[in-house]
Amino acid sequence: MAKVIGEIVVDIERCKGCEVCLDACPTQTIAMVDEVNGKGYHYMQNIHNACTGCTNCAIVCPDGVITVYRVKV
Amino acid sequence: MEETITKSDIIKPENLVYKKTDLMTDNVLSYCPGCGHGTTHRIIMETIEEMGVQKDTIGIAPVGCSVLAYEFMNIDMQQAAHGRAPALATAIKRLLPYKTVFTYQGDGDLAAIGTAETIHAANRGENITIIFINNGIYGMTGGQMAPTTLEGMKSSTTPYGRDWEMMGHPLKITELLAQLPGTYFVSRQAVHTPANVRKTKKAIRNAFELQKLNRGMTFVEVVSNCNSGWKMTPVQANQWMVENMFPFYPLGDIKVDGELVKK
Ligand SMILES: Cc1ncc(C[n+]2csc(CCOP(=O)(O)OP(=O)(O)O)c2C)c(N)n1
Ligand code: SF4
Ligand code: SF4
Ligand code: SF4
Repeated sequence: MAKVIGEIVVDIERCKGCEVCLDACPTQTIAMVDEVNGKGYHYMQNIHNACTGCTNCAIVCPDGVITVYRVKV
Repeated sequence: MEETITKSDIIKPENLVYKKTDLMTDNVLSYCPGCGHGTTHRIIMETIEEMGVQKDTIGIAPVGCSVLAYEFMNIDMQQAAHGRAPALATAIKRLLPYKTVFTYQGDGDLAAIGTAETIHAANRGENITIIFINNGIYGMTGGQMAPTTLEGMKSSTTPYGRDWEMMGHPLKITELLAQLPGTYFVSRQAVHTPANVRKTKKAIRNAFELQKLNRGMTFVEVVSNCNSGWKMTPVQANQWMVENMFPFYPLGDIKVDGELVKK
């Protein structure tokens, strides 16, 4: 059966650490990391490698810092 | 087979499914973390991109936190004095009737200092679109009470909560405008979840498309958070909005094709 695998790229320096994206992710693959960016914000990353490329996180991100890719395998 | 797929196999231009539209400039948004202004800006620009009307759209920035909207929206824009965006939009649309013209206004701008401009532009049936960001407060100046502030809601000028006997009732300006014969499409939406963002985008698309029919004003309210003004985290503010703002400002279409669908 065809499966989709997604990946996100977060513009780390522009993430404001608001956490609005976290609840929007159906696979709960994203989380805030312990490190901070240049502005001092904890930024979001795909840490569990379970992204399906649904784009939900990117759609609710107020700062538009998420780019989404998806492949069928 | 699956194991052999690496990040770099996925992150390729041909697999791209979503990126910030180029109609948003690369300037870092001046908004607080988690503020709905950013999301709303982006979906307006996505809509303009999808309609292919970047060169034929003129936006009006207000006074308020979104005073710098022209720095972020990569289209022709003008900035109006506080509350006067509908008057400026009226002039621009009358001079350039083939352009899509919209204003972007907060609740202090639209429902307090600009009440007269808003109501008269709507009543004249100006063929413009208004995008109204209602966060129930004056965000930019430090979270003072706005006409839209809920009963009992705390703000910097109502530290014990808004008491209607002293401060009056919260104003449902959107329902009021829907009563006027000059409005053709009136809708209230939100941008805190992916589903809501998609609905709001559809409403904005509708508003822009209907503007071309010259049947009157199209109006989309976005109920949003002002987490700084409300003194909450962005996630708490969105939750508070769902629990407190939505019962008083219910989401959905209010007027469709010139007919009230909801009182
Ligand atoms: C004529 C005039 N009066 C008052 C102000 C001060 N002022 C700046 S922004 C603002 C309120 C903006 O609130 P709102 O429209 O709700 O936008 P928000 O900042 O919440 O997005 C006020 C009163 C001003 N700039 N000009
Ligand atoms: S694209 Fe979808 S699955 Fe992937 S991180 Fe974002 S919300 Fe989660
Ligand atoms: S919504 Fe955007 S800015 Fe906020 S934490 Fe997520 S990626 Fe960062
Ligand atoms: S003060 Fe409120 S409305 Fe203004 S940017 Fe911050 S959260 Fe948004």
